[in-house]
Amino acid sequence: MNANVEKALETHGEGHHEHGHDHHELSFWRKYVFSTDHKMIGIQYGITALLFLLFGFSLMGLMRWQLAYPDTTIPFFGKILTAVLGEHMAPKGVMSADLYNSFGAMHGTIMVFLGIVPLGFAAFGNFVMPLQVGAPDMAFPRLNMASYWSYLAGGIVMLISFVVPGGAAKSGWTSYPPLAGIADVGPNIHIIFNGQTLWIIGMVLLISSSLLGSVNVIATVVQLRAKGMTWMRLPFFVWAQFVTAFLLLLAFPPLEAAGVMQLMDRVAGTSFFMPSGLVVNGQGWHGSGGGSPLLWQHLFWFLGHPEVYVMILPGLGIVAEVLANNARKPLWGYRSMVWAVLVLGFLSFLVWAHHMYLTGMDTKVSAFFQTTTIIISVPSVIILTCLIISLYGGSIRFNTPMLFAIAFLPMFGIGGLTGIPLAFNATDVPLHDTYYIIGHFHYVVAPGTLFALFAGVYFWYPKATGRMMSEFWGHVHFWPTFILMNCIFMPMFLQGFAGVHRRWYSGGIVNGDALFEVTQHVLHWNTFMSWASWLLAVAQIPFILNFFLAWKYGHKSGDNPWHATTLDWQTPTPPPHGNFTVQPEVYRGPYEYSVPGYPEDYLPQDKKLDQKEAK
Amino acid sequence: MQIPYEVEARPDTGLYNAKLGIWLFLASEVMLFGGLFSAYIFLRIGAEPGLWPHQILELGPAFANTMVLIISSVTMVMGWASAKLGEYKKFKIFTGITVLCALAFVGIKSYEYHGDFNRYGVILADKTQVTGELVKDKTNDRQITLIPDAKQSTELGREYLKKQGEGAEKSGEEQELAFDRKDVVWFSNFVPSYSTFFSVYFTMTGLHALHVIGGAVVIFYLWGPGSRMYFTDRKHFVNRLEVAGLFWHFVELVWIFLFPVLYLL
Ligand code: HEM
Ligand SMILES: [Cu+2]
Repeated sequence: MNANVEKALETHGEGHHEHGHDHHELSFWRKYVFSTDHKMIGIQYGITALLFLLFGFSLMGLMRWQLAYPDTTIPFFGKILTAVLGEHMAPKGVMSADLYNSFGAMHGTIMVFLGIVPLGFAAFGNFVMPLQVGAPDMAFPRLNMASYWSYLAGGIVMLISFVVPGGAAKSGWTSYPPLAGIADVGPNIHIIFNGQTLWIIGMVLLISSSLLGSVNVIATVVQLRAKGMTWMRLPFFVWAQFVTAFLLLLAFPPLEAAGVMQLMDRVAGTSFFMPSGLVVNGQGWHGSGGGSPLLWQHLFWFLGHPEVYVMILPGLGIVAEVLANNARKPLWGYRSMVWAVLVLGFLSFLVWAHHMYLTGMDTKVSAFFQTTTIIISVPSVIILTCLIISLYGGSIRFNTPMLFAIAFLPMFGIGGLTGIPLAFNATDVPLHDTYYIIGHFHYVVAPGTLFALFAGVYFWYPKATGRMMSEFWGHVHFWPTFILMNCIFMPMFLQGFAGVHRRWYSGGIVNGDALFEVTQHVLHWNTFMSWASWLLAVAQIPFILNFFLAWKYGHKSGDNPWHATTLDWQTPTPPPHGNFTVQPEVYRGPYEYSVPGYPEDYLPQDKKLDQKEAK
Repeated sequence: MQIPYEVEARPDTGLYNAKLGIWLFLASEVMLFGGLFSAYIFLRIGAEPGLWPHQILELGPAFANTMVLIISSVTMVMGWASAKLGEYKKFKIFTGITVLCALAFVGIKSYEYHGDFNRYGVILADKTQVTGELVKDKTNDRQITLIPDAKQSTELGREYLKKQGEGAEKSGEEQELAFDRKDVVWFSNFVPSYSTFFSVYFTMTGLHALHVIGGAVVIFYLWGPGSRMYFTDRKHFVNRLEVAGLFWHFVELVWIFLFPVLYLL
């Protein structure tokens, strides 16, 4: 064994019975704020990301007022908007078009880059993954801390952009030029401190953060697996994180390059993305021209598509863990799932232009991307099928994490299946940029990934805090959330089929009439969906209270409340600095539930059996 | 608490953590510069015929810089090898040279940028482009006067004058050319906004120069204050040099691609 491991072993061998406090007490600042401990960083990421999710959600809550009751004063919040953002943005408490665009762009950006990904990849990846592979910490703890602080800085920059003159970015979460290039310029608008430029700066910080995080995750999985933890003994969650890390590592830098170029366009007056002959407000644009807006789209979607897998894979990993644990059965087809996730990761680099069918691409090019897009749905279906079959014949425990995990399956299924018509050029043309798209990806991300993340929060909460969240309030959280999510997103498909555009300010209604008559018969859904979204906000209150109150008042959980097999549950609770009291050694695969002949219904990965038991 | 394999290699992977880390980081750097190179290709293919300049930049300083970086890469390896073999003095000399080379690179690059900022170009309505030195006192809001700096420019300029019916016979290298503002669609010095070529050129070389500076700071640290570790934990220190070296070779490699793409093609 390596000298370092022995050293680590020695230090922890002694503290066996008094785990929980470290040998050299860390100061408050080092322990909770500038921590290098992967668990604390995971919790920091988790709480920050949950706050951003709430914030991004509220932006949409306000936008839904404008969609349901166009051009009327927003009750209560309208006054606040006018006070904070000014008459120009919210005259008399009514949402202006600029404000609507700005909230829309920032909703997308915040949910994706500051909410879902940091929660799924960074929070759970940090907290759970090193425990599951049996590592004392991440491979590079200080880089890990830098990653969190860079993320937070990026988030703060995004927040600041709301209050600069002109308001936050308005060109969608995709920031397509030339629109994004000419947005937020003009008299009274600062060259750096304006919405779009701050968006780019924020993105560069977020990209740096995810770069540090992904290097760390890969290095930890490769280098710090405990003795006996072979590749095929890794929990599926670790595989999912591993592939996600590769996607972030390789797909994000081109967007960083694109970000630098857009920054140059805005600050140094270059024309990377600005075409010749551009006319703005009736005047020729001042730059040299000659650039290519399509270049941005390519670079953006080269990240953008892998990014959707970055959003879903950690969720799939969490669901796999929770399902196996609560069905008390091994995952069905673990190996095929592992291969499927690897293939998925690889293919996700080859499908990006399916977001660009309407850019007039050559039929040969679109044939290629249609083919790859359909091929990539195969591994997704493999994983989903394995998860569903895993339930078959299990004696299922319906606790809160399990409810969310089970609900994830059909919701992700709907999301994935509605992607198939989008994969084909012919069917995508009428659906592109309609509410159908919004319905499609929200089914995968909101009742999909977000449910998986809720399952993860309920599932690992006891490991992080030593206390259980309330089951009762968990159920109260789950059922309304499940129903309301469908009330919001299902009608979007109807509206999309009818042709309602995804970015119509005022919900497709102008002066009381439908902007386009063909959409008339579906516009009444706007009010229904809006009310569902506000009720969804109310339905999150039990979760928020549960989350904070259980920290103090929840039942004590013990070390392994779910009777789980993986290493993360074979540590003291909460795990001490360095995680394990003895260096763990792994003897078997991750899901040895209900092993015939073994007295208990779970057999932990690190449990050493003596001769008699082994027979 | 100690992280395993910080210094020793893990037997089954054959790597210590930082070495894996730097390779991963470099993979992402490849994608970063890959994004920029693909932008270069995209913009070049999409450029209006005749407007993409060929060999418009001065070769001399760039060639010198190529040499400087190659030398620095060699000395970096030798510095690492010396430290590994326990020859502290040699290590100091070689890595010292590497840092000096990095400074020389940045110096030459700044000189080059300075030169670019003092060259001007006009693009005429028919898309001909004339570049040269600006004659400030003969440039005003009606006309722009340049001393063309290349044969091609001179000829293009003469043609312009011929069309204007002015003294096209005037000869001599220091021929001044005056352009009527209303015939000019673009006029500025060589800054990023001059054309998509200069956008790409400044962005790529600027980002590369930042990498050079970053690498130089790290190597300088290892040469100076960081070298104390040589005496306390030599193996760890040699690892650090190796990691810094890998980064440095990557930075050099990027330049090896940039040089032909921006200066020769
Ligand atoms: C499994 C099969 C899937 C297929 C075949 C598929 C296909 C597509 C296609 C072709 C589009 C572009 C439609 C258009 O803009 O006209 C699209 C949009 C989108 N998809 Fe999927 N998708 C799948 C799964 C997923 C998953 C798992 C996620 C996320 C976790 C996701 C997230 C998105 C997002 C965010 C967009 C919209 C981006 C935007 O325009 O703002 N998709 N999908
Ligand atoms: Cu996609």
